[in-house]
Amino acid sequence: MLGEGILKGLAETARNFAGSFVSKERLTTVQYPEERAPAIEASRVFPFLVYDGPEWEAGLRCVACQICEKECPPKCIYIEKSKDKKPDYVGKLQIYPARFDIDVSVCMSCQICVEVCPFEAIKMDTEFELATDDRFGGLLHDRKSLAKSNEYYHTIHPTEAAEVDARLAEEKAKVEEKARAAAAAAAAKAAEAPKSEAPKTGEGTEAQ
Amino acid sequence: MSELELESWNRPPVVDMDGDLLEVAMGPHHPSTHGVFRMDVALDGEKIVKLKPVFGYLHRNHEKLGEGNSYLASMPYTDRLDYICSMTNNWAYAVAVEKLAGQEVPERAEYVRVIVGELTRVQNHALSVGFLIQDMGASGTPLMYAFKARENILDLFESLSGSRMMCNYFRFGGLRVDPTAEWLDRTRQVVAELPQFVDEFEQLLVSNEILMARTQGVGVLPKELARNAGATGPVLRASGINYDIRKVDHYGIYDRFSFKVPLGEHGDVYDRFMIRLLELRQSIEILEQALKDIPGGPVMDPKAKIRNFRPKAGEAYGRIEAPKGELGFYLISDGGPNPYRYRVRPPSFVNLTTLEDMCLGHNVADVVLILGSIDIVLGEVDR
Repeated sequence: MLGEGILKGLAETARNFAGSFVSKERLTTVQYPEERAPAIEASRVFPFLVYDGPEWEAGLRCVACQICEKECPPKCIYIEKSKDKKPDYVGKLQIYPARFDIDVSVCMSCQICVEVCPFEAIKMDTEFELATDDRFGGLLHDRKSLAKSNEYYHTIHPTEAAEVDARLAEEKAKVEEKARAAAAAAAAKAAEAPKSEAPKTGEGTEAQ
Repeated sequence: MSELELESWNRPPVVDMDGDLLEVAMGPHHPSTHGVFRMDVALDGEKIVKLKPVFGYLHRNHEKLGEGNSYLASMPYTDRLDYICSMTNNWAYAVAVEKLAGQEVPERAEYVRVIVGELTRVQNHALSVGFLIQDMGASGTPLMYAFKARENILDLFESLSGSRMMCNYFRFGGLRVDPTAEWLDRTRQVVAELPQFVDEFEQLLVSNEILMARTQGVGVLPKELARNAGATGPVLRASGINYDIRKVDHYGIYDRFSFKVPLGEHGDVYDRFMIRLLELRQSIEILEQALKDIPGGPVMDPKAKIRNFRPKAGEAYGRIEAPKGELGFYLISDGGPNPYRYRVRPPSFVNLTTLEDMCLGHNVADVVLILGSIDIVLGEVDR
């Protein structure tokens, strides 16, 4: 029959249109600002700096080793080392980034900085609403706007964050164990020969 | 050089304008949605007398950047060559560097590579036939059908690698993350739905009268010319030459899967269109086999280094059968952290060289179609 195909097609359209009011599965779009598609755990948009504890500046894991700055393919990271030192998560004194800037307009979300970081300090965020009306200052994120808590990291990448925490805890336990053994050895040595030097502690992590 | 001379040096005229011929610049704004590309054509009425492809609008110094960056830092840049199929670009680069450094890839990683590689082929071919029909004037519907199939695959890529198109997933000696059992199950589901899509697409289009009238006998690429021009991929096989690097080179683990290489007879646009649909079916077969046999184990060579990667001095050429043809990377190492020479052999660029021969004698409207049937991506042509 002439026009049968058209009627068939229109019937399909009508079924989907009417059905979209009844079943959610027929809706393929979401009304974006009000509704959001479910977040995908593996997704990556822009890096952020992880900090432990309540204080962002004191808890930054970054030790300004500048590996990410060197490895970044489009060279969008800028780091300035600090003059003084602060204790890291195992208690060892480390330098920290006095300046840590990432340019959103240059970053290509490749995740290489995350992979090369030996300190689990830089991770990928899933936040994608980075648009701004200031094309210079607004697109250059400094360390304060990049710093996000470990709890936040757990909310966006739970599996990955749990692995990282386990690894860090293991490392910390190893360092503490070493320190305790070294202290015990030092005490034993000191008991034997009071003049001998105390051995070094904290070799679990290394700065560049 | 005077201003007039400079002008003519920049853009030499295709024909002198004393005859009846008309020179038309098609592009550079998306003559057929494939990128920024210009064709200077000389027309006798509606017929093409001469055609000169002009590219370079998207040149971004990819090869020189690769020589300045470390080996790993070039990996995300390869995503941006053929931005439709970033996974296969990653693969070709990884194959070249692994050859250079003599690295082994674990069994499971090889299987996952085949899975993501064939998924890439499926989505590339779906998209290229969709765009081909769009070029023919069927705007919208068939292309959206293709996009629907592609969308499922891109969702898989996002949940695996974190990004839909710029996957940056391969590493030298393996892969960045291990796919979970849940991901493999979802992939099985998506693959199980693919034949239905291909059936529907074929039923709608293959015997469509308008499609046959527009494509059969149009843009014929003779067998000899295809071979001499170095064409590869579906373009070469549509002309009837049995050459598939998956069969010739046995790179990865392709010798473990049973699949056929579809061949064309006439080398026209219709054959190139059909070859892609047939390859879709073969890719689905490979996917089913790979998803059935995938073993457990690590996905990364434990000896592989992320930082301070310095392969010993030497050279290597790694190539794979990308969806568009032979994609090769040629690397020379001097033992340093970045390659001394980094060269890409892109399939689109080489396939594009026969464009004029295919177009001569056809109408302007056919040129758009022929360009679409070569399936180029300008990110790869211009680099």
